[in-house]
Amino acid sequence: METIKLNYPVEGGDLIGAGEASSKMKMALKKLDLPPETIRRASICMYEGEINMVIHANGGRAEVEIAMDHIIIRMIDTGPGIPDVAQAMEEGFSTAGEIARDLGFGAGMGLPNMRRYSDEMDIQTTVGMGTTVTMKINI
Amino acid sequence: MKLREIKDILEATVLCGEESLDLEVFDACGSDFMSDVLAYVKNQALLLTGLVNPQVIRTADMVDMKCVVFVRGKVPDASILDLAREREIVVMSSPLRMYCACGALYLNGLRGE
Repeated sequence: METIKLNYPVEGGDLIGAGEASSKMKMALKKLDLPPETIRRASICMYEGEINMVIHANGGRAEVEIAMDHIIIRMIDTGPGIPDVAQAMEEGFSTAGEIARDLGFGAGMGLPNMRRYSDEMDIQTTVGMGTTVTMKINI
Repeated sequence: MKLREIKDILEATVLCGEESLDLEVFDACGSDFMSDVLAYVKNQALLLTGLVNPQVIRTADMVDMKCVVFVRGKVPDASILDLAREREIVVMSSPLRMYCACGALYLNGLRGE
């Protein structure tokens, strides 16, 4: 199978509409007839990444690569960056505001959930420049 | 347990997906915290929640749930129901409180066993 590359813009400032890119990716993965558990794990990873991106970085973009034995999801933003990645990875640590919490997010579970459902995860971040979170999900 | 039985037990009103009430679910999850749903749901195809916004439907979709029940008589707006129809998710509204709704389903045999 040739590697398939998909790109999705993530609109900033629209927490109500957030998740559209993840829904589109999920539909694309279903069409490829990938195992349901793989689709589910990839969808959760991207959805949490998308929500984070909307809450913290005013949007960005998602690049998805689907190869024979794995999926790579890259969430790229030019937001404020993460000053302390280790702290951000702790369950329960969050800098999200009231609106995110009202929607059922923003309690410090986003990055931990992305790590939980991916096989490999890497965070490259520079304060003031942005963040790229890369997740690999084995098929 | 069929969604039809769940509707009766929860004294619920079906808001969309009436044609899918013969679908069967084996476990449920009650939460207002969507990140918890994403973190811990495995095969629970039914979500009970008091939170009303589109992210509830999107979260349910991400974890392949078949039905969302809004407790405490909450009714989502038309845009949320449209999203649920698009994702083929049944939506109900129950007058019961979360605690009572979960307890009633558990007592009636929806235990994920």
